[in-house]
Amino acid sequence: MLEILTYPLMQKAFITGIFAAIACALLGTFLVLRRYALIGDGIAHISFGGVATGLLFNITPFFGALIFALIGSLSILKLKDKAIVHGDSAIGIISHASLGIGIFITSIAQGFNVDILSYLFGSILAIKTSEMIISIILAIVVISIILLFYNDLFYITFNEELAKTSGIKVNFLNTLLIMLTAITIVTSMRVVGLMLASALIILPAVSALQFHTSFKKTLLISSLIAVITVCVGLSVSYFFDFAASGTIVLINILVFLMLLTFNKIKEYLPARS
Amino acid sequence: MNKIIELKNISFSYSNTNVLSNINFVIEKGDFVGLIGPNGSGKTTLLKLILGILPIQKGTIKINGKSLLKFDDWSLLGYVPQKATNIEVNFPATVREVVAMGLLSTKKFPKIFNSEDSKKVINALKMVHMEKFAENRIGELSGGQQQRVLIAKAMICEPEILFLDEPTTGIDPESQQKFYELLRQLNNQGVTIVLVSHDVGRITKYVTKIASLNKKLEFYRTHAEFCLHDIKHKHEYRYHDLCLDRG
Repeated sequence: MLEILTYPLMQKAFITGIFAAIACALLGTFLVLRRYALIGDGIAHISFGGVATGLLFNITPFFGALIFALIGSLSILKLKDKAIVHGDSAIGIISHASLGIGIFITSIAQGFNVDILSYLFGSILAIKTSEMIISIILAIVVISIILLFYNDLFYITFNEELAKTSGIKVNFLNTLLIMLTAITIVTSMRVVGLMLASALIILPAVSALQFHTSFKKTLLISSLIAVITVCVGLSVSYFFDFAASGTIVLINILVFLMLLTFNKIKEYLPARS
Repeated sequence: MNKIIELKNISFSYSNTNVLSNINFVIEKGDFVGLIGPNGSGKTTLLKLILGILPIQKGTIKINGKSLLKFDDWSLLGYVPQKATNIEVNFPATVREVVAMGLLSTKKFPKIFNSEDSKKVINALKMVHMEKFAENRIGELSGGQQQRVLIAKAMICEPEILFLDEPTTGIDPESQQKFYELLRQLNNQGVTIVLVSHDVGRITKYVTKIASLNKKLEFYRTHAEFCLHDIKHKHEYRYHDLCLDRG
């Protein structure tokens, strides 16, 4: 079983996966509780335009995706803050514009369809050392910022208005949260692919919420679930030759359903007795 | 006169709907002000303007002599929002975590709590008799208990002014009574209180001044003036119940 850790490609996959998982899980808890869970999907769509543009102009797709994700997420905030459109519409406009750019570029430059599929559906086993290093650095940056601003982020998640009356810079923190989401989506792009990137943000967090415990413990449990499901998913995909990204997401769904069922049974039993 | 809050020519509108028009009044240190008025009269909007939640569109607000636009000593203010019932049952936060947030206005970056802060949390909870619930999740508590936790959160940094917006909505009469007694106790200790309520009958027993709002300031009187001079309100608010039945 442990032999899979002797292969360099698996080592890279595990290391990148674990860092991406922790960043996603920490951020995901704040996003899910703030009802921003699906912004990850929007940013993933935006990143697709960046990947295609990167491939077209021979720029590393990773950087193309990062630039598009950061600019796109700031544009969403701008549209929302200026009250031009509602938040969900702002996500729709920007993400579909970028998705349109991506599909348009893919259709006119027909040579890189295979490359683009690896970004859409993930290819953690084919990750390059340079990509691994960049992913780890970005994940560490995200994790460090979340820990540094932990109390303020917790406060705005609990109640934004209350936080304002304590002098908390709510607008700055909202911008920070969206920027971190953009970075995290791009970081996890190689792990589970853009199509499923927001799954790593949402699923460990909603599973951790089933434990009904304190905020700190919820963050810890969410990170633990994310790391375990990524490691189990990678191992299962290696032994059974499944797609790693789909396996990781399905294991996360399984964990969530198990916890949900356990809670329902727990609720039902005392009511019966 | 020791002015703690000054409002001058405050007007506010949402899109084209005028909510507040030319509001002027002063709250002095130690006052217990009841802000009353019918639904949609602009009470909550006015409170949110004073607290910096909404941007000032017209007029000026000063707290402790300092313009709100330059105000940065947020630990002077405590705020208990409308409806603690807005707290989600499944929100993953313990009472201890929620009360500790009240200390963030006193912290500089990086905001880290220490053992002294932990003691302050327990002391604040003791003040509202909720210390034994410190490790409970806030969503598990009743509306009245949640409101007391939010008071502890608001009071933990020993603010000079406490703002409360319809704090007893959804709380049973017995808990309401205890809640107002707690406010009176805090006011006796020197805390200035601004209480928004439409339950005029209840709050008139406790407040020292009453401001009646209906998009504009209808009147701003001391409790005695309110009882003696306002014939109209004597009928509306059951004069004898309100003015002769102070605890």
